[in-house]
Amino acid sequence: MTSYLQIQDLHVSVEGKQILKGLDLNIQQGEIHALMGPNGSGKSTLANTLMGHPRYMIEKGNILLNGESLLDLSADKRARKGLFLAFQYPVTVSGLSVSSFLRNAYNAVRQNGQGEKKKPPSYLEFKRVLNEKLKLLEMDETFINRYLNEGFSGGEKKRAEILQLAMLKPSIAILDETDSGLDIDALRVVADGINKLAGKELGIAIITHYQRILRYIQPHHVHVMVDGRIVRSGGSELARDLEEKGYGWIKENK
Amino acid sequence: MAIREILSDDSSKYDFKDSTDTYVYRGKKGLSIEIVEEISRRKNEPEWLTKFRLQSYAHFLKRPMPNWGGNLSRVDFDEIYYYAKPSDKAEKTWEEVPENIRNTFDRLGIPEAEKKFLAGVGAQYESEVVYHSLAKDLEEKGVLFLDPDTALREHPDIFRKYFATIIPPEDNKFAALNSAVFSGGSFIYVPKGVKVEMPLQAYFRINAQNIGQFERTLIIADEGSEVHYIEGCTAPVYSSESLHSAVVELIAMKGAHLRYTTIQNWSKDVYNLVTKRAYAYENANVEWIDANIGSSLTMKYPSIYLLGRGAKAETISVAYAGRGQHQDAGAKMVHLAPDTTSRITSKSVSKDGGRTSYRGQLHVGKGASNVKSYVRCDALLLDEESKTDTYPYIEVGEDSATITHEATVGKIGEDQIFYLMSRGLTEVDAFNMIVMGFLEPFTKELPMVYAVEMNRLLQLEMEGAIG
Repeated sequence: MTSYLQIQDLHVSVEGKQILKGLDLNIQQGEIHALMGPNGSGKSTLANTLMGHPRYMIEKGNILLNGESLLDLSADKRARKGLFLAFQYPVTVSGLSVSSFLRNAYNAVRQNGQGEKKKPPSYLEFKRVLNEKLKLLEMDETFINRYLNEGFSGGEKKRAEILQLAMLKPSIAILDETDSGLDIDALRVVADGINKLAGKELGIAIITHYQRILRYIQPHHVHVMVDGRIVRSGGSELARDLEEKGYGWIKENK
Repeated sequence: MAIREILSDDSSKYDFKDSTDTYVYRGKKGLSIEIVEEISRRKNEPEWLTKFRLQSYAHFLKRPMPNWGGNLSRVDFDEIYYYAKPSDKAEKTWEEVPENIRNTFDRLGIPEAEKKFLAGVGAQYESEVVYHSLAKDLEEKGVLFLDPDTALREHPDIFRKYFATIIPPEDNKFAALNSAVFSGGSFIYVPKGVKVEMPLQAYFRINAQNIGQFERTLIIADEGSEVHYIEGCTAPVYSSESLHSAVVELIAMKGAHLRYTTIQNWSKDVYNLVTKRAYAYENANVEWIDANIGSSLTMKYPSIYLLGRGAKAETISVAYAGRGQHQDAGAKMVHLAPDTTSRITSKSVSKDGGRTSYRGQLHVGKGASNVKSYVRCDALLLDEESKTDTYPYIEVGEDSATITHEATVGKIGEDQIFYLMSRGLTEVDAFNMIVMGFLEPFTKELPMVYAVEMNRLLQLEMEGAIG
């Protein structure tokens, strides 16, 4: 069965301020969507809301994964249903090694929370998968002994997010400004990683302010967000138009 | 597994009480010259030691209660039993230990742990050591691991040479009290160049109500030797207070490496007022690894005097304070020789109105050039009602010293929890992982089995932390 995420007429406020004002979007496993928009258009609000951050209040609308509403589910339950968010600003957890964190998360997403507990894979099995993903993403093995995001460069943080994506194998992944704060080399490495993980098993929504990551990742669909709504959708040519003409062009023509 | 039981994830496991009917002797409540003399007489001590006890008692009486640190107003010296002797002597096999006491230590898992990963074990019950053993090969190498009474009897010269030289009775009121009524504890001597690869462990158990436990430990690591000593403590829960007031003296001779690990998990009605001090000579290395999880009030500041060039000192401590608990703990580093280095890492977690205080002293004496010292205190508050404070005292008599002091107070943020939850971890798991990560600089210093169980204990303590 192909997984699909449906966002329907989503209205969201943060601390009393209305940010999303009726957003609709469908993402299917296997598709790559780019969600573009100027600062303040509500892109990160959308990302956090989809994952279930408690600070974001849903006023109206619905989010469904495979036809089932996610609204009453906490973030961990959403993750176990196959949703993933790569954070714009991943937080540091001092003293928690990347490997220990990944092991716990790897086991956790295998529990669907319905009925019997699945036996977690053995440490050796986990280690085998982890080594495989490290190799795929061309990451050094010593990386996993470091504390989660502590002292990571911007590029390392984003690569750690992609490593988590690779390990947890969600059906739908939201990548929130995964290109921000990266120099061109780091950007290429991160984009490479995403391309390696893309395929019919994974639906991706890349949230970005700039078009530049789209030079490396070919989206099937491009959406432009302005003021809490999607105002235009199209193919990859839309991203190019945006780069030439800027967001002002969309705002004027909406 | 011993440590599982010491740090049991089910606190009722060590909240059990044995009958006191079978005790060989129990003195009267309260303290007097007669009681002090009685303890000394029952131990057949030489005259010098009886005198030492009586002088200490006199000093104890003169000395006012400390008016700093924690609230000591509920400590009633008249309500305490100062000496209770549960069995005749320290046995060398568990079979010889009286059955009810042996059962206690069985329940605590000590004999099992001994077989698996310890080089020697001492088990103290109330005032006396009831069991003592040491691996044969270490005995053959001349390592001594004894209770103080036996050490005094069999090795009087070495005992007297070092006893009370690091912590004299006049040091503080509770050191004076201990010096007057001490009983039990450990005496360890590691000869030159001998490396004790596996840890030696002592286990302290208070059983009866209103018992005072005053053990005395003296460890001498001779030149170039190595030893790791671990102590664990538990007691059942009573509604009235017990007092634990130990004195621990360590001597690390030239080039010796001495590590002392404590996992203190007294029940929450025990006053834990302990004096611990070490001397580190040339190029010696002394480490205090100190966890305080139980007790009503702990006042404990393990100190290290760096007396020889190139000596190294480290204290890594964890304090956990839940409801009704106050952990006033810290460390002291006294640099009296050049090229010495010290490092203090203090981690504390407070919850449900619990209070943690870090109290530390750093002293660099005149002539102690090129000292390096690093102090780091991190406190984590799990709710609004809990408290933490830091009292660092720094005196530097040398310009060449490099001193760094860092302190942080933190809370667990919503974004941290959300981040971990977004990876499928439950809120409780996320919370626990953040706290365990916070304490990781401590737990990574413990032998593996201890680290695992310590994490379990803390997780139990923190249950319901998420409101």
